[in-house]
Amino acid sequence: MLRKLFRRQAEPDVQIEKGLEKTRKGVFLEITRLFDRSEIDDELFEDLEMLLIQADVGWDVSQRLVKELQQRITDERIVNPADAREVLRLEMIQLLELATRNRKVKILQRGVPFVILVTGVNGTGKTTSIAKLAEYHKSFGRTVMLAAGDTFRAAAIDQLKVWGERLDCPVIAHQQGADPGAVVFDAMVAAHNRNVDVLIVDTAGRLHTKHNLMAELHKLRKIMQKHVPEAPQEVLLVIDATTGQNGLVQANEFSKSVEVTDIMISKLDSTARGGIAFSVAKELGTPISYIGTGERAIDMAEFKPDTYVDSLFFGEGEGF
Amino acid sequence: MFETLSDRLNETFGKLNRKGRLTEADVDAAMREVRRALLEADVNFKVVKDFVATVRERAVGQDVLRSLTPAQTVIGIVNEELITVLGADQVPLNPPLSPPQIILMVGLNGAGKTTHSGKLAVHLRKQGRNPLMVAADVYRPAAITQLQSLGKQVNVPVYEEGTTSNPVDIARNAIAFATDRGFNPVIIDTAGRLQIDQALMQELVDIKEAVGPSEILLVADAMTGQEAVGVAQEFNARLDVTGLVLTKMDGDARGGAALSIRAVTGVPIKFIGTGEKLDALEPFHPDRLAGRILGMGDVLSLIERAQEQTDEKDAERLQNRMMKGQFDLEDFLDQLQKIKKMGPLSQIMDMIPGLGQQMRQAKAQISDDDYKQVEAIIRGMTAWERRHPERIDHSRRRRIAKGSGVERQDVNRLLSQFKDMQKMMGQFSQMAKKGKMPKNMPFDM
Repeated sequence: MLRKLFRRQAEPDVQIEKGLEKTRKGVFLEITRLFDRSEIDDELFEDLEMLLIQADVGWDVSQRLVKELQQRITDERIVNPADAREVLRLEMIQLLELATRNRKVKILQRGVPFVILVTGVNGTGKTTSIAKLAEYHKSFGRTVMLAAGDTFRAAAIDQLKVWGERLDCPVIAHQQGADPGAVVFDAMVAAHNRNVDVLIVDTAGRLHTKHNLMAELHKLRKIMQKHVPEAPQEVLLVIDATTGQNGLVQANEFSKSVEVTDIMISKLDSTARGGIAFSVAKELGTPISYIGTGERAIDMAEFKPDTYVDSLFFGEGEGF
Repeated sequence: MFETLSDRLNETFGKLNRKGRLTEADVDAAMREVRRALLEADVNFKVVKDFVATVRERAVGQDVLRSLTPAQTVIGIVNEELITVLGADQVPLNPPLSPPQIILMVGLNGAGKTTHSGKLAVHLRKQGRNPLMVAADVYRPAAITQLQSLGKQVNVPVYEEGTTSNPVDIARNAIAFATDRGFNPVIIDTAGRLQIDQALMQELVDIKEAVGPSEILLVADAMTGQEAVGVAQEFNARLDVTGLVLTKMDGDARGGAALSIRAVTGVPIKFIGTGEKLDALEPFHPDRLAGRILGMGDVLSLIERAQEQTDEKDAERLQNRMMKGQFDLEDFLDQLQKIKKMGPLSQIMDMIPGLGQQMRQAKAQISDDDYKQVEAIIRGMTAWERRHPERIDHSRRRRIAKGSGVERQDVNRLLSQFKDMQKMMGQFSQMAKKGKMPKNMPFDM
């Protein structure tokens, strides 16, 4: 029932499901097939561990999932492989629920812009994700403004402007090489004056190991707070779904310096494995809120543990 | 975040040492650790399997069982094997059959193709070449503008036909343009694409057939996980990739993807991207990457980071001051600032090899806050005091402590530590004068 609320049109969902189809055919389907056997044997566990690691779930979490499964099979005297599969499925969903329980309910106040600061390492798809977020909020009838805070990468501003035009959102931008702080300052003023509901701020991609760049994010935050004390109400970290175990380190470092409130896993339309969601869920408390599944503005969905697991790993989900 | 392999192996063998003799089962335990370390570094699963089998064979053959330092022996073998797989030699760009030299940049979205097209242009121009960049990414918004803007920054011309032309035509026309005007090499930046996107992959094949590049570089993100192999295999199968550019190596990704790609496709790694600036492109060093995959610390990167913060003149001046015993608190503060810019202390310490378990415990005690205190104390002094720390008397100490919000003991401690440091430097310079020490001490960081 609740999920229906988030669905806007039937069409995008079909698209998203199609996007994920490619992924399903790979390693994930093999996990399902693994249980198409007559009895539970040691080989099953070995293969399962291998497949989980191949899905970028990571060594630690794979070990844990397999051990837990073994334990429950012994405890509950499970003999049917299909039952074991269901146990694994529930286990995985439970693990991902760790990544949603800290999600805060966000309230949009009238007359106060809801500020979203979008961060991430280079090339994870921040700008495209911003377009998706803008589209998402617009679908609820909110007015959206974009701020071109990536003044470093060549043409990042133009890229955002193209999206702004396509989505019919105003874009606040300075020249390349300008101080991102100044852009944010202007955007905050403009958002206030034009009574904008949602302000989405793009930032330059930065590796989490660059100390000074991480400090810059902190500064942007302070500038926002001068105008709206509770801003940014959302700090979104975009993680590329093809990222391996480094994704965990990234999420950790970004969380430490800018208090990330939400994570978006992008590029899930690729053959990407998206297993990093499990490590993130287990090791960090930061909620995963969205997934990006394509290059168009509508290719985004809210993250839901059960659909995620079902669509990716068990190929039987109804799609996002 | 991850423990290093050497720590784990030491731990594994440490438990066993008490038993006395090691058995083959113990080697297996060690191999499990090797396997885990590689998987955590995102090396592909299948590659790990083969790799561990090779290492195991050598380990048993080399009498790890009787070695007094089994952990070191195993690490030595792993390191050697890693370098073997990564390719010991530096492979240069392929020479063209006839000019111009055509370089095609391919890869997934967000790998860094456009940026690295720019970096490569800068690199080649440094060698006295006259490069042309070609904007064949007609899909991503503003991709052409990005390349143009890069071109302007580094003063390399960009050939483009807007977003309405077909990339194959653009490439073909660009080559004609380059031949006409004498540009060589020609670097073609293509759109990011998924290896499973048949239409877009075919487009690359068409471009390849149309212009016959002597070099097809696959640009891959060092942070890629298990998928790296699938990507590389597919691009290689369709295009016969001639080299790999590994990007974002300035982060802390272990870079296991490189090992996987190299092992599976045999394509040599030609360059690594190590920063956001356009000159941050380096030839590939297998030994450094091997150390990095194992999490063994990376002294060379540490030195590079230090170099980023100091220029040579500064360093020389400082060295002279040290030699003459003139190193004062002003210089000390300056050095502190530079170290701070290199990143959090804990991260810097991770790069120093051999600072294994013991240091990790000490790390808990040395925090960045200690830095702050020292800084605050020095900042609480007058310029005269910083230059003459030996003349700071009790009354001055009391004032400094009050001004910087610390206890008087803290000020005393700092001053006495600094005095020791000066004394040590004095001894060093005496030795240097007598010729006992090399003159260029690496003290400038």
